Amino acid sequence: MDFNDTPEEAAYRTQAKAWLEANAPKRDGGGDVEGANADYMPASRAWQAKKAAAGYACITWPKEWGGQGGNPIQQVIFNQEEARYPIPPNPFTIGLGMCVPTVATFADADTKARFVGPALRGEEIWCQLFSEPSGGSDVAAARTKAVRVDDGSGDWIIDGQKVWTTGAQFSNFGIVVTRTDTDAPKHKGMTMFWVDMSDPGIEVRPIHQMSGGSGFNEVFFTGVRVKDSQRLGAVNDGWKVSLVTLMNERLAVGGASGAGWSQFMEAARGITGVDGRPALKDQALREKLADWYVQAEGLKHTRNRTMTALSRGQTPGPESSIGKVVAATQMQDLGNEALEMLDQYGIISDPELAPLRGAFHASVMSSPGLRIAGGTDEILKNIIAERVLGLPGDIRVDKDVAFKDLPTGR
Amino acid sequence: MNFDFSDDQKFLKTEARKFLDANCSTAKVRKVLDDEKVAYDAALWKAVAAQGWLGAAIPEEHGGLGLGHLELCVIAEELGRVVAPIPFASTVYFLAEAVMLAGSDAQKAALLPRIAAGEIIGCVATSEGPGVLTAAALQSSVTGGKLSGTKLPVTDGDIATHALVIAKENGQPGLFLVDLSGGVTREALQTLDPTRDAAKLTFAGAPADRLGAPGEGFALLEQVTDRAAVLLSFEQCGGADRCLEMAKAYAMERYAFGRVIASYQAIKHKLADIYIKNELARSNAYYGAWALNTSAPELPVAASAARIAASEAFWFASKENIQTHGGIGFTWEIDAHLYYRRSRQLSLVAGAPRVWKERLISHLERRNAA
Repeated sequence: MDFNDTPEEAAYRTQAKAWLEANAPKRDGGGDVEGANADYMPASRAWQAKKAAAGYACITWPKEWGGQGGNPIQQVIFNQEEARYPIPPNPFTIGLGMCVPTVATFADADTKARFVGPALRGEEIWCQLFSEPSGGSDVAAARTKAVRVDDGSGDWIIDGQKVWTTGAQFSNFGIVVTRTDTDAPKHKGMTMFWVDMSDPGIEVRPIHQMSGGSGFNEVFFTGVRVKDSQRLGAVNDGWKVSLVTLMNERLAVGGASGAGWSQFMEAARGITGVDGRPALKDQALREKLADWYVQAEGLKHTRNRTMTALSRGQTPGPESSIGKVVAATQMQDLGNEALEMLDQYGIISDPELAPLRGAFHASVMSSPGLRIAGGTDEILKNIIAERVLGLPGDIRVDKDVAFKDLPTGR
Repeated sequence: MNFDFSDDQKFLKTEARKFLDANCSTAKVRKVLDDEKVAYDAALWKAVAAQGWLGAAIPEEHGGLGLGHLELCVIAEELGRVVAPIPFASTVYFLAEAVMLAGSDAQKAALLPRIAAGEIIGCVATSEGPGVLTAAALQSSVTGGKLSGTKLPVTDGDIATHALVIAKENGQPGLFLVDLSGGVTREALQTLDPTRDAAKLTFAGAPADRLGAPGEGFALLEQVTDRAAVLLSFEQCGGADRCLEMAKAYAMERYAFGRVIASYQAIKHKLADIYIKNELARSNAYYGAWALNTSAPELPVAASAARIAASEAFWFASKENIQTHGGIGFTWEIDAHLYYRRSRQLSLVAGAPRVWKERLISHLERRNAA
């Protein structure tokens, strides 16, 4: 048991470090991928192109795609070293991690050749059009229709609405899951396509989040005509295709963002507590701090266990599934305790006045989204229960019923 | 990155599980639970000694196997899984660790080979009454190498041959090795977990041999307890995982309202919550194991985190296991209460989680200020 690289990993780290030191930006250009504006985009594209030219954009991809044919631990090592530099926001992860691998798996050779390179170099950005107003956790409830045109062209017309689409406002392409057979049960009547986001029938409207930001969008499809060659996988086989997309979701090896226990501890040193002493001397807060520290350490070392599995060429075990449930809840609790520690002053979120430029307030306002995005707490617990512990799935009332006959509420 | 046990250590774990399945069924645990006169499973204790487990981390020159603490962690987890009714923690995690950490050559030579051979049963005698023991409140004292005072509760105090005792000497706290063959009266105590007996020890001139320097008592005890806490956290992880297995097995076969209760989200989410806490505890325990095995400066912080996480996980798993079982889980016949009892015993025996939380934050406060 140790925390050292193997000799091969150490060699790779040395090589990655040398390349980063010669090439990585040294000054922070600012920008937030959750923000509505994309001023950072030129810097993001430039950095992505540089990495692509050197084979660092997608290290695990095969060489003919522009990767290094490397293993996941090499990608982790590069990410760790890259994080030491003030790199610009990365709006390419959904495309490179989920959409492009799906296209590469299901499209013909020409299509693959057309899309892989530009995405890798950051020239084209992709979004994933799955969630809908009628189904977030329940992706197979998608109602956006694709209907074959009756003119022998084989083309399809797409109508409907997607929602919670990250990065749609600056995406060039997207993959969209549609309903193609309402007589079949929900999982058996869906078809996947790739679409050109510049089509005049596609309208992107940013969602104004409760946190004030606009990282997500609504995407409206009105009579969008796509070629049959844009279809990914067989007609009515879109559910299986979407599972490939979701399986390609990158291993989240990064830590939780936002203010954590150490920021709380620093703040508590300088704030007066209930008995006139610093809040850090408040026994109730000390116990909470200890709990947060232990959770954060638990997650950190769970990631170390995941990395160990990767390092041995194994598939990480189920321990990697607990991260977001724990981190998102802690972010909300810790942020709120910090506000309460400030007493009446806690309502002030002005970054000029609030501690840590309002980082605790930001945690309180963004954590509700984190508990929902990418799988709600409840869905993730279902996944742990069913896929990790092997408990039975829910009794389903929607599995063998024609989609058109399913109750929908409204 | 190699944050896992080695293949050899995993093999040891498999062998330990097989051995305990054969030698430590819950039927055997229940003999200790049900019979007031039986304090521990003497046959299992002998068998465990014959396996060499008591000396797993004791150097070969002192009669041990000289393996290391990672091997001991693996064994601890398996003992926790089966709620083994033997004085393993008292003897190995506390007494042997204290002697290895602070003993003179003579003390090591006198005790370690006999611990490894199973000839000695240890106990740790610190508490003198309700609440947290402080230097100011410490009453027991040593004068001219003779100990007097009262300690309670002392886990395994009724069967131990040697005790690790904190007492004052010339007004300064010291940690002492006490031979229990004379000068002590033992009184069995009724406790929450009868599979791990405890006693009240009244000392009247028992021979006490100081470990380490005068005045070092509490500092030394903290170091010993850090080491024990990591090992105990593995016992707790083993117990917590067993609770999850029991809850799952029952939920998969119990029908209510026409379907297995494991298909209800209320149960699924409960079991997922147990799983999450168990994994966080395991990861913290692993870090503690690394710190213990390498004597890293991070040990006090790592041990605190391991103990807090494991205490929380075992408590949660043991109580929600009973809840998952429903009414049958509240009966004496179902094993769930063995784990519920043991979770309390393990959480309290080396200091309650609240005490560890304070220690953890004190360490972090100093570390972050530096």
